[in-house]
Amino acid sequence: MQQMTLQNIADQNDYVCFRIGEQDYCIDIEVVREIRGWTPATVLPHAPDHVTGVINLRGSVVAVVDLAARLAIGKTCPTPRHVVIIVALENQIVGLLADVVSDIMGIDEAAMQPVPDIAAEGAGAFITKVIALDDGRMLRKLDLAAVLPGKDQEAA
Amino acid sequence: MSGIDSLRPAFFEECEDLLLRMGEGLARIPDAALHNEVESIHDVFRAVHSIKGGAGAFGLTSLVGFAHAFETVLDLMRSGTLHPDASTMHILLRASDVLADLVAAARDGQPDPELMPQLLVDLDLLAEGAASPEDEAAALAFEPMRIDVIPIEPALSQAPPDPTGFAITFEPYPALYATGHEPVALLRALADLGTTDVTADLSGIGPLDTFDPAQPGLRWQLALQTTAPREDVMAIFDFVQDLALVTVEPLHPDPPSLASEPQMAAPFVTPLPQPSPVQPTPAPAHPRTASVTPAAPPAMPTIRVNLDRVDRLINQIGELVIMEAMLSQAISIAGLSKDGDVSSSLEGIKQLAARIQESVMSIRAQPLKSVFQRLDRITREAADATHKQVRLETFGEATEVDKTVIERLVDPLTHMIRNAVDHGIEPADRRIAAGKPPEGVITLSAAHRSGRVIIELADDGAGINRTRVREIAEARGLVPAGAQLSPAEIDNLLFLPGFSSKEEVSALSGRGVGLDVVRREIQSLGGRVSIQSTPGQGSLFTIALPLTLAVLEGMLIGVGGETMILPISSIIETLRPDESEIHSLGRNGRLIAKRGEMIPIIDLAQSLGFTSRQDDQRQVLILVECDSGGRAALAADQIFDQRQVVIKSLEDNYGTVRGISAATILGDGRIALIVDPEEIVARAVAETKPMPLAANG
Amino acid sequence: MTIRILAIDDSPTMRGLVAAALSPGCFDLHLAEDGIAGLDLLPKADPHLVITDINMPRLDGFGVIEAVRASPSHASVPILVLTTESGADLKDRARRAGATGWIVKPFDDSRLVQTIHRVLGFRE
Repeated sequence: MQQMTLQNIADQNDYVCFRIGEQDYCIDIEVVREIRGWTPATVLPHAPDHVTGVINLRGSVVAVVDLAARLAIGKTCPTPRHVVIIVALENQIVGLLADVVSDIMGIDEAAMQPVPDIAAEGAGAFITKVIALDDGRMLRKLDLAAVLPGKDQEAA
Repeated sequence: MSGIDSLRPAFFEECEDLLLRMGEGLARIPDAALHNEVESIHDVFRAVHSIKGGAGAFGLTSLVGFAHAFETVLDLMRSGTLHPDASTMHILLRASDVLADLVAAARDGQPDPELMPQLLVDLDLLAEGAASPEDEAAALAFEPMRIDVIPIEPALSQAPPDPTGFAITFEPYPALYATGHEPVALLRALADLGTTDVTADLSGIGPLDTFDPAQPGLRWQLALQTTAPREDVMAIFDFVQDLALVTVEPLHPDPPSLASEPQMAAPFVTPLPQPSPVQPTPAPAHPRTASVTPAAPPAMPTIRVNLDRVDRLINQIGELVIMEAMLSQAISIAGLSKDGDVSSSLEGIKQLAARIQESVMSIRAQPLKSVFQRLDRITREAADATHKQVRLETFGEATEVDKTVIERLVDPLTHMIRNAVDHGIEPADRRIAAGKPPEGVITLSAAHRSGRVIIELADDGAGINRTRVREIAEARGLVPAGAQLSPAEIDNLLFLPGFSSKEEVSALSGRGVGLDVVRREIQSLGGRVSIQSTPGQGSLFTIALPLTLAVLEGMLIGVGGETMILPISSIIETLRPDESEIHSLGRNGRLIAKRGEMIPIIDLAQSLGFTSRQDDQRQVLILVECDSGGRAALAADQIFDQRQVVIKSLEDNYGTVRGISAATILGDGRIALIVDPEEIVARAVAETKPMPLAANG
Repeated sequence: MTIRILAIDDSPTMRGLVAAALSPGCFDLHLAEDGIAGLDLLPKADPHLVITDINMPRLDGFGVIEAVRASPSHASVPILVLTTESGADLKDRARRAGATGWIVKPFDDSRLVQTIHRVLGFRE
């Protein structure tokens, strides 16, 4: 990929890229703990639509967020071919349900563009930056903190 | 220095233990019939003494000062000079409170407790009052015989040091050798001060056939050239003062010769009785200080371990238990014979894992004593504040509970004690009028009962004033006026949020907390609290707690296609009712008649927002009881099994979920949620009836 | 040489302070939490010097001193009493029991080492 040859190493970070429906997203590799195949989750009562349920991650109870539902693309019907990206953010561990992990790539900070104002079609609130890729596709940088379920959101 | 600073946390941790021991000892003193009084006082003394010793090392001066004053009084008691009467005990107990406060203040860098100066005065007065002249005379009688060799008047020692040095004679008595001293060591120490010229006088050694190595009869004469002051020289002989004849004379600026020395030593030598050995024979006049104290139980060796490590171990054992369940499931799926080696080995592992789990849990378990003892003080303070006479009696304080549970019990129990003193126990005149002793008694007991810890707090006060409670509840809109309420239902109104309010709150038990907070706190520990009261005779609060927060005995049930866990502790029985036993009520309500009682049915799937299977006949009902005494029948699809499950937090990575208390991991590695029947019933009741039985927040 | 020391004190803090004062390079320190444990450790520790607290559960410092003095193998080992009580009465009792000397708590590290050296006759 061209970015990889052109960029200035110092300003470059590695990102995990994944696909949800037809859209490409990425998150900083720093927060990614592991990527695993989808396994059936235990449904949580009263949970919002985008929380698929909880899975057992080596003895910890981890909630899985259906990114497609969260980004208002449409609820995922998960199969074993789907992936769960385990991320850790401020002591909270959460699984992100996505269709497929497409790439891990270094992206130059300079290549990141602000999100155009008009792009607020539901998912806009969860995207911090957009990156134009060489093959004409657009990569969206996900705002993890906004996507993760708040710890007290379910309190009665 | 950093070496010492790093010991500070350990010191304060030790102080906790010592304060506990002090409290125990103090509590035992009045029970002279049951306990050896001197032994109890000695325990207290030792604890205070150790605090003082450590405090000194860390430069905690006010703690040292107070502990010293305290210790002085205890020492007088230990020697029988001061008798532990009621007023003395009163001061001692308060002193112990202040000491505890001082420790906390020193730890947290807070100012000294306000009460300290007053207690210091009280302690000093006690000490002075006890030390009357004849006691001092008696004390003197115990003074051991002293051999009069204090070599030089103190005044002389202040004289300017001679620049050139000292002439020293040193003649050890046999006792010096019997106490582990080595004369050569002393001579070397002297040599370290300057240059010495040593002459050994062997004339005291008799013929070889009568030579006793324990009484060598050696004698040294030294000329020490030094600029060191006399004090330094004397300090070297500090330990042997009574064990040797020591003379230290200034050397003449122009020393004539060592020959002049014997005449200087002579005046000291003549009056000396040949020391009939001051041998280590303990004086029989000190029976109280017998070295061996057989009454004390042997202290088991202990280690201090970081709690994190224990918790990690507990988690890992939890994993082991889960893995074992998974293995067991895999083996049964593989269709291996039940009698085969694999199965029997697995059974062995299963039992071992269970035993390990038990052992590890017991590491976290601690006796309730630490909590109970703090409550002693709470009772005292509450009694003082309300001018009532109240005594706290505790039973079963050795009962062990998970450490976390213990810590979180302090607040609810404190509140309950204050509540009992404030609202339960009557003032002395009213008690006398009612034919009761003027002093009220609060009884706090703990015991293990069928896998739970039961803590009971009873008072012999007036009992709940139900008319008044009802009035308050009605006035606050908690119950409709004129509602039909059983006595038990009225009593339970006390636990409603909003029952206690400012106007009702007294200076003491108020502080903006009601019994609803107590109940919530106990519930958050997986426990239940209930109340019974008899007018004129008092009230009884019962707290039932799980032994541990890490595992739970649960029933595996199917709910809306999911496997869930229901805590066994709340289950009364399970039913498969006939259609005829179920009655409809209103649009959706259903009831089941059970021994004449109509019990509401709650569909668990519906309550949790799952789609319920609608073939009602096949449903199984699980009868549960809530803290309020209210009952409900939870409808589930099926019951699978009953087993111990390891509790996993949902909050860590997600948040709280209504109707669910936690999660666990099943044998197949999947997560099952643990149902919180209390919450489910409370919400169902709140939704169907405007008037709650006992709603929860 | 390494000086072997057996220190007996029921207070973990005090044991810690003694341990902090006696650096491992110069001292081989054995710690015991009461008199009985101390005496149990005596043969194994084979100390050049014993430091003991007075007020301890099970067996107090006086008992330790008497027992050490009565033991055939360690009767002449110097014993230092570690105490907050600097009263003459206590020193006398310790002495009569057979103590070699005493260290008044709180002690500073160098004084402790100095006293040990003095009693053992080692030069620093």
